[in-house]
Amino acid sequence: MASSTVSRTHPPRPAGRPAARPARRVRRHLPTSPWLFAAPGLLVTAVFVLYPFVSTVIDAFTDRRTLVPGHFVGLANFRELLHDDMFWTGLRNSVLYVAGTVPALVVLPLLLALLVRKNIPGITFFRSAFYTPVVASIVVVGLIWVWLLDERGLVNSLLQTIGVGRIGFLSDQWLLLVSAMAVTVWKGLGYYMIIYLAALAGVPRELHEAAAVDGAGAVRRFLTVTVPAVRSTMILVAALSSVAAFKVFSEVYLMAGPDGGPAGEDTTLVMLVQRTGTGLTGRVGYASAISLVVFAVTVILMLLVLRADRREDV
Amino acid sequence: MSLTENTPRTGRPATPARRLRFTDEHGRRIRTWELLLRYVLLLAVLALTVGPFLWQLSTSLKGPTEDIFSSPPAFLPSHPTLHNYARVADTIPVWDYALNSLKVAAANVVTNCTGSALAGYALARLRYRGRRAATLVFVLAMLVPAESIIIAQFTTMRELGLNNTLVGVVLPGSVAAMNVLLMRNAFLNLPYEIEEAAYVDGANAWQRFLRIALPSVKGTLAVVAIFAFMGAWDDFLWPLIVLSDPSKFTLTIGLNYLHGTFADDERLVAAGTIISVAPLIVLFACLQRYFFRGVGEGAVKG
Repeated sequence: MASSTVSRTHPPRPAGRPAARPARRVRRHLPTSPWLFAAPGLLVTAVFVLYPFVSTVIDAFTDRRTLVPGHFVGLANFRELLHDDMFWTGLRNSVLYVAGTVPALVVLPLLLALLVRKNIPGITFFRSAFYTPVVASIVVVGLIWVWLLDERGLVNSLLQTIGVGRIGFLSDQWLLLVSAMAVTVWKGLGYYMIIYLAALAGVPRELHEAAAVDGAGAVRRFLTVTVPAVRSTMILVAALSSVAAFKVFSEVYLMAGPDGGPAGEDTTLVMLVQRTGTGLTGRVGYASAISLVVFAVTVILMLLVLRADRREDV
Repeated sequence: MSLTENTPRTGRPATPARRLRFTDEHGRRIRTWELLLRYVLLLAVLALTVGPFLWQLSTSLKGPTEDIFSSPPAFLPSHPTLHNYARVADTIPVWDYALNSLKVAAANVVTNCTGSALAGYALARLRYRGRRAATLVFVLAMLVPAESIIIAQFTTMRELGLNNTLVGVVLPGSVAAMNVLLMRNAFLNLPYEIEEAAYVDGANAWQRFLRIALPSVKGTLAVVAIFAFMGAWDDFLWPLIVLSDPSKFTLTIGLNYLHGTFADDERLVAAGTIISVAPLIVLFACLQRYFFRGVGEGAVKG
């Protein structure tokens, strides 16, 4: 904590100032030492991020398999994608996942942040409790909800008690996808709540008071004061949550099963990558082509969100 | 940043009278009905966020003769028993899996703290040709989603002969680019004067790093450590891909296996999930402020 108080009071300095002075005498370290400092990080990044990225791009144009080196096949993988129903199913589900979870993850945590914002007794307990799902592993969360939403689980027995009857959350293709989305939202609430809390702390209270004096009600003040004040945070949350949603894997894998639910209809794009490319018979080339689509859509999503940011600035 | 620390736990008594007065963050009074409404909503959200964990705990403590499907549901076990926990250990080597998870998480903490502090210091403080390029490498690496290169990471691991090993589980995320950039920022935010003085006194880069800079960024280092631990303990997709030998499984993969094989035994799966989640909840309870701080820092940079 000490470091952050220090950093508040001093503006960042440009790095590397020492060498601007005549420093021959004090330059005792070997000239290679900066690279020694950076070496472990650079090595790991080069071998496990950059090299795999380059090899993904290359493999996407080959027919490589796990145990068989590939040959260049041009655009064959991409042509196959166009005619692969499972690919379109995966793309559809991943896009639906973004559409289904992002609005909820932009709005609900903001409301939650407003709820836990005031320092009433016990509020720190509530803040921490709301964060618990973030800390839990996605596997734990997935399995908890598989049991809750089970045909004979808690949710259904409550529904039956109040006379609604049982619902097959985990057996219907669409209900499954919606349930998985609900779990994603449930797990993400606390995380984005904390981001919003930090943003809300920066909203000047004069704005609220002026609006209140003008007779604006709570809803109106929320829309005209709070929302514009945290707009950039909302865009940040939209960016983070949409990229995460498009890459969804674990929730659907755990709730719908490794094969993606009835007839694989709940398969997401990353599930398809995992299913196609791993194992001893994995089609590395084809899975790489799908991976490139995942990468491209992720980049497009980020650019779209950034553009939304700029447009609203005008 | 420190959301929990400067939070007064109770309202101040405004008058000598015995009535308590609760004020909001601007010092304005909160009306009683509004306060009540807030608590009702807070309790509702509490039931929604923590309730599922408690239900899982309750299920795991219910004995074999107790009906877990009853409607209306029985929220508390009538005869709490640890029987299911013993059964998990008989069914899968759950303690070995926990140990594997612990090894992976501990290794991830050590490599991330060391690697990102060193690299972050080099990017922030040391002057050398190619520093900009090195920074760019980490920024680009952070932008590549792991899911889009996971197949190539798997083939790389095979080429290195490290698939199906715990080392293989740790390596790809052992020095996360995001952590390097976090540490870089922490070092950049330090006042330069002290290091400058040490520099003039002839301290070399290692000495300045170890004795002066590093002790000043302990807070960020703690954030890196906690998120490295949590990330490794909770990770699912990568260990699922790289581990195939059941004796090497981590807890998340073991749980997935337990669920896949014994899905009908809800008490058993529930006990397994509680074993997996309990350590992290304890860790979170002890070190909350670093968890919250990490969200702030990670979000701004990410």
